[in-house]
Amino acid sequence: MDTMRERFARVAAELLDTDPRVAVLLADITADAFEAARSRHPDRVVNVGIREQLLISVAGGMALAGMRPIAHTFASFLIERPFEQIKLDLNHQGAGAILVSSGASFDYAAAGRTHQSPGDVALLGTLPGWTVHVPGHPDEAERMLRAAAVGSGLVYIRLSALANAAPLAVRRLGFTVLRRGTLATIVAVGPLADAVIEATSGMDVTVLYAPTVRPFDRETLRATLIAPVVVLVEPYLAGTSAAEVANALADLPHRVLGLGVARDELRRYGTPREHQAAHGLDPASLRERIAGFLDAGHASGRNRVSARSLA
Amino acid sequence: MSEASTLPGYSYDDLPGLMALMTGDEKHDLAAESTLDVLWVLYDRVLRINPAQAEAEPRDRFYLSKGHGPMAFYAILTAKGFIDVSELPRYGQFDSVLGQHPDRNLVCGAEISSGSLGHGLPIAVGAALGLRAMGLTDDRVFVLTGDGELDEGSGHEAIAFAGRAGLAALHCVVVDNASASYGWPGGIETRFAAEGWSAIRVSGRDHDALEAAFTAPHPGRPHAVIAVV
Repeated sequence: MDTMRERFARVAAELLDTDPRVAVLLADITADAFEAARSRHPDRVVNVGIREQLLISVAGGMALAGMRPIAHTFASFLIERPFEQIKLDLNHQGAGAILVSSGASFDYAAAGRTHQSPGDVALLGTLPGWTVHVPGHPDEAERMLRAAAVGSGLVYIRLSALANAAPLAVRRLGFTVLRRGTLATIVAVGPLADAVIEATSGMDVTVLYAPTVRPFDRETLRATLIAPVVVLVEPYLAGTSAAEVANALADLPHRVLGLGVARDELRRYGTPREHQAAHGLDPASLRERIAGFLDAGHASGRNRVSARSLA
Repeated sequence: MSEASTLPGYSYDDLPGLMALMTGDEKHDLAAESTLDVLWVLYDRVLRINPAQAEAEPRDRFYLSKGHGPMAFYAILTAKGFIDVSELPRYGQFDSVLGQHPDRNLVCGAEISSGSLGHGLPIAVGAALGLRAMGLTDDRVFVLTGDGELDEGSGHEAIAFAGRAGLAALHCVVVDNASASYGWPGGIETRFAAEGWSAIRVSGRDHDALEAAFTAPHPGRPHAVIAVV
């Protein structure tokens, strides 16, 4: 299987060939993969060098001129470093753009904190209008990129080296029901779905697959809810979508557990799998934490809700 | 397209009166005053933008990056027919379209929203790249910044890249009122020239000199005009 990043480079190059509005903006990262496309479209493949503030501002200016820019670099340098440019040169201007990151929370585990971006989705969550995709498979990333290219809005596609074995999404934006149960709903975001499926094997829970987290599909969460007990499993900062769940269930007594990347720095190198385990996101840890959360609710009698309050 | 014509009854001499409608008297802060002549010459003699044909091609884009003290900008947009004069006394009020920093989504004639320093020139680089990619080679982008604003590092990302990219559609006007806390030894124009720009230093009050500087040929290179006030 190719990686999401390889698929991105191939599909973006194809979009350049077919849509004269599309431009790819780079800041050295992944520039090699676009050399052939740049020779075909020298004015629409722009590498600004190691200038990430400029990368975002150029996207805004190109959009104001009528183009559909796709800006790409590592998540840490695409979202966190030039955040004011995102806020002002995209949102505040009313300019649309597609931001495509790679690296995610700990793809470059050995590179350390500087190349890790667990806070990107939470940051974008402070701004209006963003569609935030967290694909779990290259096929999903490709479909998201193609859909974004023909639009005009603000779209973030968070690519990761971590992926599920097969594409799981059957809907364009909403959540997909992977399993139905009665004790709780587990929302598995993007590339953590396989780990969640393994972790909840034999458990009487609903598992929803969420490859898009903004907008957050409150309708499906609500429509499939049996017990008002929700566990979020997100491959970035833990609890990033907890407020979305709280808003979806505002009229119900409910319990929410937000699992994800811890706020504290690990200060460890190694591999992505080691980081996944260190943050308690491997299948065994997930199973233990989810089961513990359900047991705690059971003991206090809060896992049940009357049929009337859910009607 | 030609330059925007001044509305009947308005001339350069009326600008202080229009600004007074916003400030309540005829004294203006330095930020507003410093840009008055530069903006007038651009709108009266140079820019091909016109409220009656706002989307017609070819046209120029003007980006006010130094969004602080926009009274001169609003006064000139009023004289050129973009803003109704009745809006000026409501400057800064809750439901006015005229804020202390312009919002392009509210003000007719404001091509960018600005206020936070160091954004206009980088956005202008993107616009110039976009126009080039779309084959709109007669469209020009003018951006107004200040010597103090160029303290922001984002401006220097833009200056370096635009020079090397040969963005001839890009024009940067730096109103130099010596407000940068640590100054620019050798003159701010040396920073542009070193990166491959055409760069000229002129009086920011001399209308003919400003017009000549704004329209000087600069084939294959972006152009910087340092307007000293």
